[in-house]
Amino acid sequence: MTALVINDLNVWFGLVHDRVAAVKGACFSVEQGESFGLVGESGSGKSTILRALTGLVPQWSGTIEVEGEALSGAKRDRRFFRTVQMVFQDPYASLHPRHTVDQVLSETLHLHGLNNIDKRVTELLNDVGLGQRFRFRYPHQLSGGQRQRVAIARALAGEPDILLLDEPTSALDVSVQAEVLNLLTDLRTLRRLTFLMVSHDLPVIGHMCERLAVMRNGEIVEVMSSETLRLGNPSHEYSKQLLSASVAPNQ
Amino acid sequence: MNLLDIEDLWVRFPTRQGVFDAVRGVSFSLGRERLGIVGESGSGKSMTGRAILRLIRKPGIVEANYINLEGRDLLRLTEREMREVRGQQISMVMQDPKFSLNPVVTVGEQLMEAYLQHNSSPKARAQKMATEMLENVSIRDPERVMRAYPHEVSGGMGQRIMIAMMLIPNPKILIADEPTSALDVSVQRQVLNIMDGLVKERGMGLIFISHDLNLVSEFCDRVLIMYAGRIVEVCKADKLHQARHPYTQGLLNSLPRLDEKCTHLSVLTRDPSWSEAPSVRG
Repeated sequence: MTALVINDLNVWFGLVHDRVAAVKGACFSVEQGESFGLVGESGSGKSTILRALTGLVPQWSGTIEVEGEALSGAKRDRRFFRTVQMVFQDPYASLHPRHTVDQVLSETLHLHGLNNIDKRVTELLNDVGLGQRFRFRYPHQLSGGQRQRVAIARALAGEPDILLLDEPTSALDVSVQAEVLNLLTDLRTLRRLTFLMVSHDLPVIGHMCERLAVMRNGEIVEVMSSETLRLGNPSHEYSKQLLSASVAPNQ
Repeated sequence: MNLLDIEDLWVRFPTRQGVFDAVRGVSFSLGRERLGIVGESGSGKSMTGRAILRLIRKPGIVEANYINLEGRDLLRLTEREMREVRGQQISMVMQDPKFSLNPVVTVGEQLMEAYLQHNSSPKARAQKMATEMLENVSIRDPERVMRAYPHEVSGGMGQRIMIAMMLIPNPKILIADEPTSALDVSVQRQVLNIMDGLVKERGMGLIFISHDLNLVSEFCDRVLIMYAGRIVEVCKADKLHQARHPYTQGLLNSLPRLDEKCTHLSVLTRDPSWSEAPSVRG
């Protein structure tokens, strides 16, 4: 089954002469259990696609289907959020500074209408490799990597099928990035998740995803498998440029 | 002669739990070269950069045998003399242009201020200098950018404006603290090439602080690797991939690679003895 189908998606901001087209005619689909990557420079519209999906942009046209159901407008029902969840780039900004980890997770669980909250919080923390001693800490008492783990736990609270990852590791150190990426890989196999991952880091996308789309100025210029990327023969000129800019000469 | 000599630099922060040592006895010298400092967050690399300019705020304590800028000990200068050094002799480019540009003043005015601070000359001349400098950092249409506010320019452009601002007084040393980590890969190259060109052209010394090992190995001449406030290894930048210290190797191995497929990345296992070994001279 196809988890996500995006067809001729257009997103724009502003009116009439101020109108900026952020995404132009994007088409791609993600199979159930697949990991799909979006790469491109900032302003290329990769995050905007995720925001359109989750209803964070007011105006868009085209079709977005999640597990066979078409979405419309910017309103999403409760069932949508049990299916799709998002992890944001900046773990410093996406957690409430005056809520403990426990409050963050229990509130999320409560909003999803789940019972057995206490037990579920324990499980979530174990799943993301944090353990119980982090349960009553505030975000400022956690390191960047630990905060991102809390953000992942929060996204997993509603037991979603699809996880949208918006640059989940770009604010982290390389050593911590490796830990978080490994955690995501494990969670994906454990919970049979579908990933849609946005990053400007080609090696990270190449490592995490089976297929990827290269974006530029709001358009998808190429969809390829990460195998193609690894062998170093993308067909579009821009993908080649991007690839040569991210491969270190010593590799 | 070396531009900068640092001997036994310590940065301390007294806390309720006792004194925390952010930098612990670091010594190195800088010639007319590009020196990279790499390490994870919390390894003390940014603190080293800030300590050189005496930008560590109270209650932080900076101690060193000496920090010599062409033979003059920066630690013995008064705050007034230090203000002359900052900008004119040593300047610093910070990580995020969003936070280092004044949001309510136009780019042009900020650039001109950087010039007028150190030179008493007519405003028209400052304006000309500022426009020229923007051209130097490959900004097309500098006239328009001069009139723009910081929120109207992109991140890459903002960082280039910061570099232009730092270069206006023509400093001897440029300290760049993660100048490109907020930027895209493609823009990153552009900004680095501009910095590289300017450093070579003017014979400046550059201290390049970054957590990106590949970038540093490509861009710098020499690299100091810092761990827990100490330098654990010094090597030639192009030989970084043959580094011997387990910490450096661990960092290199934890990077995802495009040419090899693996399901799990190797994770750094820390050895407590790394932080106890004496600091290496750089």
